[in-house]
Amino acid sequence: MNLTLKNLYDDFRDPKTIRALAELIHQESEGLERPVNIMEVCGGHTHTIMKYGLKQLLPEKIRFIHGPGCPVCIMPKERIDHAYILARQPDVILVTLGDMIKVPGSRGSLQQARSEGADVRFVYSPLDALKIARENPGKSVIFFAIGFETTTPMTAALIRRAEDLGVKNLLYHINHVTVPEVMRELIDSRDEHIDSYNNRIDAFIGPSHVSVIAGAKIYREFPERYGRPVVVSGFEPVDVMEGVLMLVRQFTQGRRELEIQYKRSVTMEGNLAAQRQIDEVFEKRGLFKWRGLGNIPHSALKLLEAYAHLDAEKVYAEILPVEEIEDHKLCICGDILRGMAEPTECQVFGTACTPSKPLGSCMVSSEGACAAYYKYGDLLK
Amino acid sequence: MCLSIPSKVVKIDKEKATAVVDTMGVQREVGIDFIENEVKIGDYVLIHIGFAMNIISEEEALASIETYKEILALMDKEERQKAILEGDRCDGGGSA
Ligand code: SF4
Ligand code: SF4
Repeated sequence: MNLTLKNLYDDFRDPKTIRALAELIHQESEGLERPVNIMEVCGGHTHTIMKYGLKQLLPEKIRFIHGPGCPVCIMPKERIDHAYILARQPDVILVTLGDMIKVPGSRGSLQQARSEGADVRFVYSPLDALKIARENPGKSVIFFAIGFETTTPMTAALIRRAEDLGVKNLLYHINHVTVPEVMRELIDSRDEHIDSYNNRIDAFIGPSHVSVIAGAKIYREFPERYGRPVVVSGFEPVDVMEGVLMLVRQFTQGRRELEIQYKRSVTMEGNLAAQRQIDEVFEKRGLFKWRGLGNIPHSALKLLEAYAHLDAEKVYAEILPVEEIEDHKLCICGDILRGMAEPTECQVFGTACTPSKPLGSCMVSSEGACAAYYKYGDLLK
Repeated sequence: MCLSIPSKVVKIDKEKATAVVDTMGVQREVGIDFIENEVKIGDYVLIHIGFAMNIISEEEALASIETYKEILALMDKEERQKAILEGDRCDGGGSA
């Protein structure tokens, strides 16, 4: 019953091409003077790497560091608690994307809120929130917005449309995060923690979907200011392998550049109309807490002051707590995300912490590094 | 977006900034806010959480539709519907 496109599509991810690329990477790596640590920023890539055992196909000199993953995993408990509290208000309908269903806050998940009688609706598209608001004029509909640059313009479009239609009962709780800021933070914090030149983030694989919207240009600073090459890659195993090959070639040829592997839909500039709409409703937050990583400056967006009346964080400020909630003491997600530890080094990995009962952010959604190791761990042996 | 099936634009409503697209026989309304000025009836677009994000060439679209056809042929009606509608979500399991 649960057969989806994704399972069946596997047959079309040609193993021959993957192996040929692995062979080229092996040859090219012989010219490397020292190991190269590549961070894949997005959990979608981590998932591909683990699922297809790409790690095992690569020479020892190439090491992956699994990046922050997914907007779902990095959502701190404080924010989930906000959603939970809002959902439990009388006359509120909380609307969010399906991914948020199971993510636990300190009080429970949205699924639990719903089983306790709250009106929580999980939708495919932000536009469904507009429909729900129009069908329920007597209620406050709150859209709990999540996502990287990929979903931000859709929230912006939703806001604009609601305004055009004169819909007044649709509010927003904004949790959109941005990729370059966290990459910068990871470079800086690693360089602080470790001086060894052999043990740092040397290069990045950037997610293609983010750049379809924001353009590859958002990564310019990494080769230019930090000497770290970036290749923007698609999510298929062949895409990831080609991205790795492009990075290795940069190192053997002494280049440090920004390149695009997924040329089919990614350009340097990205989608300018989408970028404009984002700028019309959002501005940077001073600080945003990433679960496992802590507060990162300018790494998220909030509504412009002109939209304060639609900002659920402001409208409901009185009932939304602001205290920070600590991550679980034993959880080493922060170290994993910085490439300083492997999931299997965590004391509670696979025992007290599993995907059905996650203690830390990396186990929360299937894109998290711990969840991917848990699921595909057999491949590692 | 990683695995989106190309959809063909069959109707455009500029006023509402929406289009009706056909994804291998399943029709739905999507937002065209981000490609409004370029999109024409008959174009192939990729959808991400209810919005058309970019236009792709017909050649590329038809090639990937062929691949999907083989896959979808193996499913029953209900599964097919679900796969098509969820196809614009990410491989990692999320849509964010
Ligand atoms: S296994 Fe669980 S507790 Fe350990 S690092 Fe991963 S998420 Fe944190
Ligand atoms: S939902 Fe998928 S594509 Fe989006 S950030 Fe998470 S892992 Fe990446």
